[in-house]
Amino acid sequence: MRILVTVKFTPDLQSNRSFTDGAVTRTADDGSMNELDENAVEAALQLVEAAGEGEVYALTVGGPDAVAAVRKALQLGVTHAIHVSDAGIAGSDVFGTAKVLAAAVRRVHEEAPLDLVITGMAALDGLTSMLPTALAVELDWAQLTLASSLTVADGIATIERHLPDAHEVVSAPLPAVVSVTDEANTPRYPNFKLIMAARSAPVTVLTLADLGVVPSTVGAGAARVTVLDASPRPPREDRVIVTDTGEGGKQLADYLLERGLA
Amino acid sequence: MSAVGQNTVAVLVERHATEDGGESVAGPTLEALTLARSLGTPVAVWIGGSPSEDAVELLGDYGAAQVRVIAEDVRVASAAALALREASRDAEIVLVVSTFVNKEIATRLAVLTGAGVVVDAAGASVVDGHVETVQTVFAATWNVRTRINRELAIVGVRPNTTLAVAVEDAALPAVVEVPFTVPATRETVVSVEPVAASDGTPLAEAPVVVSGGRGTGGDYALVRELAELLGGAVGASRDATDEGWISHEHMVGQTGTTVTPALYVACGISGAVHHRGGMQASGTIVAVNLDPDAPIFEISDFGVVGSLFDVLPQAIARIREVRGV
Repeated sequence: MRILVTVKFTPDLQSNRSFTDGAVTRTADDGSMNELDENAVEAALQLVEAAGEGEVYALTVGGPDAVAAVRKALQLGVTHAIHVSDAGIAGSDVFGTAKVLAAAVRRVHEEAPLDLVITGMAALDGLTSMLPTALAVELDWAQLTLASSLTVADGIATIERHLPDAHEVVSAPLPAVVSVTDEANTPRYPNFKLIMAARSAPVTVLTLADLGVVPSTVGAGAARVTVLDASPRPPREDRVIVTDTGEGGKQLADYLLERGLA
Repeated sequence: MSAVGQNTVAVLVERHATEDGGESVAGPTLEALTLARSLGTPVAVWIGGSPSEDAVELLGDYGAAQVRVIAEDVRVASAAALALREASRDAEIVLVVSTFVNKEIATRLAVLTGAGVVVDAAGASVVDGHVETVQTVFAATWNVRTRINRELAIVGVRPNTTLAVAVEDAALPAVVEVPFTVPATRETVVSVEPVAASDGTPLAEAPVVVSGGRGTGGDYALVRELAELLGGAVGASRDATDEGWISHEHMVGQTGTTVTPALYVACGISGAVHHRGGMQASGTIVAVNLDPDAPIFEISDFGVVGSLFDVLPQAIARIREVRGV
């Protein structure tokens, strides 16, 4: 079983984030691997452990800081780490990012065939969840999205997914791109031995040239969507917090009634 | 892209199963049609089965000049994207309701057509021949405005971000069958188990959401009662669904349902960042929590520090009293 997991460096959700020139400003001291990607790593590790053999690759795309994402994956137990870093990638939209990821996936797939690419359901910083689909289309592989469970048998991947109107079981032949939700599993904690090993584990660093990606097809210049401006939403004004001393419910009701909300 | 008046705006129609086994056009589709009218001439795209006369009339009431129907049942996103392309070949703009499934379809349609795509938009307009959209990011703490740089613009629109307004003197739209052969897909839907049509409006579309979290201790009776009284839907925090107190369909949060109702009432919910990300863009936020330091109060317009088991019954009684029921 050979599985590649895409992981993303994202800012800490609790920290202050900002936009600079239309792009998210990320710094190493307030970010790590996108939390939802931990479920993808866990799913890959569980499949390999169940198969009794195999390898798990963690792949990230981004500036120098992004290596923190694959280091985290190494701490969790992946066997290989790849970091695609190139100034030409900056400002890429989801399609540019998918193109770069796909080129790196194909490189690994050509060394020895991969069975699966597993992704998180979305990145908590952008949360658009378009990347897994864009990657599957770019690779021209089957795609199974929003898996709350994932099994592989006889060359077929099968997932369950919970949509608002239906619970579905969907299957597809390998190789496939599968996105898993945070319902799929409970990510493990890194153990001390792996944390120590991850510090010095090799990370393969690749550039666009290494991958044969034409720079003009990615980056800000190729982006189909441009951020024109971004601003923090103003805090709510006139906030009222009362302590219930016997009239709290009435006060709440009156607040709603006065505003035509009840 | 042409001038606003000449744009054809394809709107993918969302439906809900009704309790009598039929289908109704979802509210967010009427919102999307209303938005579409400000961008050009809306045409509704109906994929799977055929619309009832009432549905055609309703789509017309909200501005659809035409209803294009692909009768084949298309459940796999890759096939649905092809179907949508078939029905929107003349369109400059395609609008879908921003659900997880539609985001997949929108992404595939963008790859097929070279279009630019924005999802989770709270609004769209045509500026100097380009579609511009606004949306919130980072758990709804930032507003972002974006421009789509391509000839075809695909926009996923969040429910409750446009007020649905009917057209005066609407004409009955023509129904046009669009031929489509469902392609073979690698993905196979092995089974579909419909979730029972919920009592009332789906969470994502509800104008009012009353949510309960850990503080309910698993007792949702008061939360349900208040939701019913306010004509709203019942939500829950991740804690509550993890405990198995209420089904996953009710989870409000970044990995559950994102809601933007006019009123959000958080009962016994501390307001962890993942929860806030799913509701922070709501109109008015009201919270009841025992802990005065709960983060939910930081984003609440009105908060009561107290027990929901004291506060909610009194609030419910007061509203009934004022309404005289």
